[in-house]
Amino acid sequence: MNASARQHALTASFMQRADLWREALARSRRLAQGTTEDAGDATRMADDYRLLAHDLARARRLLPDTRTREYLEAAYARAHATLHHGAWRLREALLRLFRDDIPEVMWWLRPYILWSTAILALAASAGYALVHRYPELIALFASPDLIASVDHGRLWTEGLLNIVPSSVLSVQILANNIVVSLFAWCAGFFFGLGTLYILGLNGLMLGAVLAFASQHGLRDQLLTFIVAHGCVELSVMCLAGAAGAAVGEALVRPGAAGRIESFRVAALRSGKLLAACVPLLIGAGLIEGYVSPNPRVPVSAHVVIGVSYWLFMLLLLSGAVFGRRTAAPR
Amino acid sequence: MNDPTPGLSIDSDTGVEVSLPVAGPGARAYAFLVDWHVRAILALAWYSVAALIFNGGFRFRPPLTNDARWFIWVVAPALAIYFLYHFALEPAMHGRTPGKRMAGVRITARDGGIPSAGALLTRNVFRLIDSLPVFYGVGLAATIATRDHLRIGDMAAGTLLVYERVDVLAPAVAKRRADNPLDAAAAEIIGELLERWPTLSTEARAQLARQALARFAASSPSIPAALKDDDAGLHAQLQGLLRGTSAT
Repeated sequence: MNASARQHALTASFMQRADLWREALARSRRLAQGTTEDAGDATRMADDYRLLAHDLARARRLLPDTRTREYLEAAYARAHATLHHGAWRLREALLRLFRDDIPEVMWWLRPYILWSTAILALAASAGYALVHRYPELIALFASPDLIASVDHGRLWTEGLLNIVPSSVLSVQILANNIVVSLFAWCAGFFFGLGTLYILGLNGLMLGAVLAFASQHGLRDQLLTFIVAHGCVELSVMCLAGAAGAAVGEALVRPGAAGRIESFRVAALRSGKLLAACVPLLIGAGLIEGYVSPNPRVPVSAHVVIGVSYWLFMLLLLSGAVFGRRTAAPR
Repeated sequence: MNDPTPGLSIDSDTGVEVSLPVAGPGARAYAFLVDWHVRAILALAWYSVAALIFNGGFRFRPPLTNDARWFIWVVAPALAIYFLYHFALEPAMHGRTPGKRMAGVRITARDGGIPSAGALLTRNVFRLIDSLPVFYGVGLAATIATRDHLRIGDMAAGTLLVYERVDVLAPAVAKRRADNPLDAAAAEIIGELLERWPTLSTEARAQLARQALARFAASSPSIPAALKDDDAGLHAQLQGLLRGTSAT
C-alpha cells in the first residue's frame, strides 16, 4: 500500500466517526444550556472531551485545511467551555461571598480604607476652611438653587417631600450614589488618580456645604438631615475609594505578575466589596428618601437609625450577619 | 480553509490545545449595536404600554402631579431594562446576549471556560470607563490597541470575546465508502452542496452541481459519466460521487 492510499484509507475510516462528534456537540450544548439533568449525559461528557481532543489532534494532521478540522475545533472548544464552567448555585455563591470573601477583602483593604477615609476627611476640612474663609467660593461647589435656599435661611431639603414623592426621591438618590461609588472604584484604572479625584471632590463639596450652612445658622438642621443616611453613605464612599485605590496601586506597582494580570486580580478581588456596597446604598437611599427629609421624624430617631444602620454595615462587612466567627481571614 | 482570524491557544488537560478565534472591534461593535437596539426597543415598548394603561387612553405624557405610581410602574422598569440589560443577560445566558448571538460571538474566560458571574458583572461595571469620553471611545481605542482586542472591562474581568463558530457544518461525508477515491476536501464540498440543495434555486444548484461534477468526477474513474442533466439526475450523481458508487 503506497503512502497516498494509506492516507486515504486513514481519512475514510476517520470520517466514519462523524456521528460521534455530532452527538458529543449536541450533548455539550444541552449541558451548557442546562436543558438536561441526565447524569449519564454529564458522565459521557468527560469521554466526549477526550474523544474530541483525540480526533482533533488527528484532524489537524490528516485534514488540516478542511471543514472537518474546523468543526472539530468548534466542538472541542464548546466541550472545553462546558467542562470548565464551575457549578454555580446562587444561594451558596452569595453565602460564600458575604460570609467569607467580603471579610477577607476588607482585611486586605485595611490600609487603603484608612487612606481613603483620610483623603475624604482632609478634602472635607479643606472645603470647610475654604468656604469659611471665602464664602463666595460656595458657587464652585453648590448649585444656585441650594445657595438661594440657604441664603433665605432654610435648607434645600425642607418641603422636599411636597415636591417629590419619597419613592421617586429614593430611587433617584440610590441610583446616583451607586453610580458614583462604582465610578470611584473603576476610576482606579487611571492609576488611582480618578479615585483620588472623586474622593477629593466629594469631600470638598461636603465640607463646603457644611461651612455654608453653618454660616447661615443651619448646621444642626443639616447634620440632622445627614446623620440617618450619611453614616453609611460616606462609609461606602470610603470603601469604594479604597477598592479603587487598590486597583490603581496594582497598575502603578504591578509586581512580578505584570501590569494587566495585577490589574485583573485587584479588580476582581476588590470588586467583591462593591457587591456589599450596592445593597447598603439601596438602604441608605431609602432612608434618605423616606426618613431624612421627613420633619415628623424626631432627631433622636434620625440618630438611632443612622448609628444602627452603620453598625449593621460593620456586621455585614465582617461576615457576622452570615455566621462568620473569626475576625481575621482564614 | 485556513482560519484567517487571530486566535488564542489554551492548554487543556488532554494535551490538545483549544483554539479560540478572537473577535475584533467590528464584531464587538456589531453585537453592541444589535443589543442597543434590542434594549432600546424593549424599554420603549414597556414605557408605551405601561403609559397607555396608566393614563387609560392614548396619552404617553407623565401626570402633572408627582405621582409615585407613574415612576414605579412606568419609568423605573423602562430604565431598568435599558441600563441592566447586559448585567442581567450575560450571566443568565452564560456570556451571551441576543446581539452577541447574532454576531456569532460569546464571552469566554482566559482558560476557555464560561466566565463566572462576578467576572461578567465586573466586565459590565467597567463600561463606565470604556464609554468615556463619548461613544465608547476608551473601549474602542483599547480593543484596537491590544493584541486580543480587549476593552478595559475585559482586562479587569479576565475575559475575552471569541467567535462561537455556530455556523460550521457537521462533516457530511460519513457515509462514503473507504475505497472512494474522492479526497476529503472534495467530499466535503459535495456533501455541503447536497446539504444546501433544498435551500438553493434550481438554476444555482444545477450550475454548482455541473461545476462539481466536471471537477471531481474526472478524478473518480469508478464514477460513470453523467446520466441525466435534470435536477434529480444531478442530485443523484452527486450522491453517487460522494458514496463512491454509481448513481444508476
